[in-house]
Amino acid sequence: MLTHLQRLEAESIHIIREAVAESERPVLLYSVGKDSAVLLHLALKAFHPAKPPFPLLHVDTTWKFRAMYALRDTVAGRYGVDLIVYQNPECIERGINPFTHGSALHTGLWKTEGLKQALDQYGFDLAFGGARRDEEKSRAKERVFSIRSAQHRWDPKAQRPELWHVYNARTRPGESIRVFPLSNWTELDVWHYIRREQIPVVPLYFAAERPVVERDGALIMVDDDRMPLEKGEVPQLRKVRFRTLGCYPLTGAVESSADTLDAVIGELLRSTTSERQGRVVDHDSSASMEKKKQEGYF
Amino acid sequence: MTTVPDTDVGRYLTADDRKTLLRFITCGSVDDGKSTLIGRLLYESKLIYDDQLTALEEDSRRVGTQGGALDFALLVDGLAAEREQGITIDVAYRFFTTERRKFIVADTPGHEQYTRNMVTGASTADAAVILIDARKGVLTQTRRHTFVVSLLGIKHIALAVNKLDLVGYRREVFDRIAAEYRQFAAALGLTAIQAIPLSALLGDNVLGPSENTPWYDGPSLAQYLETVEVDAGAAGGPFRLPVQTVIRPDLDFRGYAGLVAGGTVRPGDEVRVLPSGASARVARIVTGDGDLPSAEAGQSVALTLDREIDVSRGDLITAGAQPAGVADQFEARLVWMHEDPLLPGRPYLVKLGSVTATCTVTHLKYGLNVNTLERTPAATLAVNEIAVANIAVDKRLPFDPYQANRDTGGFVLIDRLTNATVGAGLIEFALRRSDNIHRQALDVTKEARAAIKGHRPAVVWFTGLSGAGKSTIANALERELHALGCHTVLLDGDNVRHGLNRDLGFTDADRVENIRRVAEVARLMVDAGLIVLVSFISPFRAERSSARALVGENEFTEVYVQTPLEVAEQRDPKGLYRKARAGQLPHFTGIDSPYEPPEAPEVRIDTGIVSVPQAVARIVAQLRATGIVP
Repeated sequence: MLTHLQRLEAESIHIIREAVAESERPVLLYSVGKDSAVLLHLALKAFHPAKPPFPLLHVDTTWKFRAMYALRDTVAGRYGVDLIVYQNPECIERGINPFTHGSALHTGLWKTEGLKQALDQYGFDLAFGGARRDEEKSRAKERVFSIRSAQHRWDPKAQRPELWHVYNARTRPGESIRVFPLSNWTELDVWHYIRREQIPVVPLYFAAERPVVERDGALIMVDDDRMPLEKGEVPQLRKVRFRTLGCYPLTGAVESSADTLDAVIGELLRSTTSERQGRVVDHDSSASMEKKKQEGYF
Repeated sequence: MTTVPDTDVGRYLTADDRKTLLRFITCGSVDDGKSTLIGRLLYESKLIYDDQLTALEEDSRRVGTQGGALDFALLVDGLAAEREQGITIDVAYRFFTTERRKFIVADTPGHEQYTRNMVTGASTADAAVILIDARKGVLTQTRRHTFVVSLLGIKHIALAVNKLDLVGYRREVFDRIAAEYRQFAAALGLTAIQAIPLSALLGDNVLGPSENTPWYDGPSLAQYLETVEVDAGAAGGPFRLPVQTVIRPDLDFRGYAGLVAGGTVRPGDEVRVLPSGASARVARIVTGDGDLPSAEAGQSVALTLDREIDVSRGDLITAGAQPAGVADQFEARLVWMHEDPLLPGRPYLVKLGSVTATCTVTHLKYGLNVNTLERTPAATLAVNEIAVANIAVDKRLPFDPYQANRDTGGFVLIDRLTNATVGAGLIEFALRRSDNIHRQALDVTKEARAAIKGHRPAVVWFTGLSGAGKSTIANALERELHALGCHTVLLDGDNVRHGLNRDLGFTDADRVENIRRVAEVARLMVDAGLIVLVSFISPFRAERSSARALVGENEFTEVYVQTPLEVAEQRDPKGLYRKARAGQLPHFTGIDSPYEPPEAPEVRIDTGIVSVPQAVARIVAQLRATGIVP
């Protein structure tokens, strides 16, 4: 009998192969986080002994953790895949950042707009993402193959029924498809798989002494000197780690002593808060993710 | 949440990984307490995090229906639109784990979209939880849910008799409902039924036994879900591998990749590739983790074969001694999932496993009333309706009956223009006709026949509202072409309806058949080498595009005779608009039946500014440009 991870892995590989067979120009959205790492690992397995027939795309905001850039820059060489880094030129020109422009505008322009621009510029008609249904309530209802209009909008009421292992990946000109091979994985599954397959992840997931300041109840790591400190604010060295990774000024750390994979998983098993709690960007309203997705956020 | 010390994480994960998986679906109508039950299961399994609980407390106060107490339904009702309306719109998938098993719950709504969403959720489920409100007993929707569950091949059912607290936990209420349900389910061949007395709101018999039902000695819902035996299904059947893609890193390696959909395979096994029927032996089972000594249903692998045979995406690799069937005509059960009705004769795409082809429903044998199970006559199929139908496919497909294998016997239907998934089908059996009707190969070809005409064969297809001027222009064009020495024929809507199509009316279904027949006749005449002028209202894009697909590239010229409805109605040469407006002519295009204008016709004639001779000149110029008329 197959184990749980074997079943999940096989299902994801099937989804990846099906998506590639049914699209003209697929791309894998690589965010450097743990889910992206698993997704890339599965893509390598899906086409073994050939290379995955699509590039990776990193929609960069220039505000990610330095450790994320360090890992990202080793990926292309390590796996022999193409990596495209895209930065929204308008954001560069206007110097969009979370401190002066706020988290909503920052995320909207760098990530949502940047993603749309990159997909349009390269003509990608299908994009793999690492989203999982257990992350968030509106994700629980999204299909594995999720269609986007020419304006990259998601219409939750016009989703295609998905039966058995049959996926309808057909698009009209201008439309594109987002494909989520990890739909049925949980956070624990992801960590278990990383452990079993020894997949390299950003060290920020493991506890270490890091300089942080406390803002609005979140521990924000001072990752570089671009972060303006408020009056009297002094970064403190605390032993912290991250459950999710994004732009460092928008990602809250948790105090933790879990500095190994097993300790991280042990902590997860004992955890009483959900994964997305550390994301400042989700907190605006309980329907905020659904709203962002309709606007084209991944 | 468990309390696993870090040193035991490895052991915990290994045990966790070996847990079996149960996929189940919950069915109930709006007020049966389904979301409350799932929310309760998640809550009691300690799968709700503190921050989610805080959000739930806030939401319960704000929009809850339990007077400020925790409203578990809010945990699962994900989309903002749903919260506002207080209903679940779509299928949502939830995950939870107990000491013994992992679960994926497909939560489906009970209101009007029930069938479509239930079929989706049930397609991958091993078991179903059917909720009944103890105060209401077995209702029409209970029968409907049970029928859909049985249709999709689910054999294990937990009958959750909910809200028992509201009938004083009385045993006779529970017994009466359970007995009535068993009798009904037996008629559908369902016998593995566990009835459970329940209060999702208060937690009775959800996780453990309840003190309020001392007369009940069966399992709680959680115990049932943890122990119900999952059938081996296709895993115990013959080997099946739908080929998704051919992996070719270099000239020496060809891996036929796919997810094993049935049985097991080992190197050395003889396999047969369908539809070609070519045989070979399996050389290697290749994966990203190295070669495997065997692969079973549910594994994604790539096979290499011991000899070079032609295998491509859409083929089915099967056990040599137990191959699947191959056919191009099937009897199937169809579930319609789209607001636009199914029209027999209209071409749709069919996707079965990894193969996509074009098909038409040739005959709707009968509809199935999901509430009474009665057979009903069916001319078309509306959303959420179910029917038994004959389907003809434009190529031979490898298949198994759905009852034998969901993955090689279940298909979806896709609209060719919108790409929407419009229906689902479950193959019952192949129709034997497909073995007996062979296409006769002819020695004298279309090209040879055309060569003695001095022009190329083609269809000129006029479409537009009644009274737009199609027949007038077509008639003038034929005179002009005849004068040029072209061999033409004019098929006019009114004339054909007096003969070939006199058995057809004006419903959408009959309009589709009307155009299908005329398109086939036009094709035969193109084969004969003629220039065929077709003058039909032909209101639907789908049929015009299928008429186009019947003939070769550049052999189809669509002429859109464009006249505003007011103008056509004013002309009203046959007095039809007057009758239609008076209600004497139902289904009249433009009045109470839609007209879908062409998106990119080869020629567009606006009769308000173009005269008939100008129109003819334009069409002739187009035919010259494409080399049809010299």
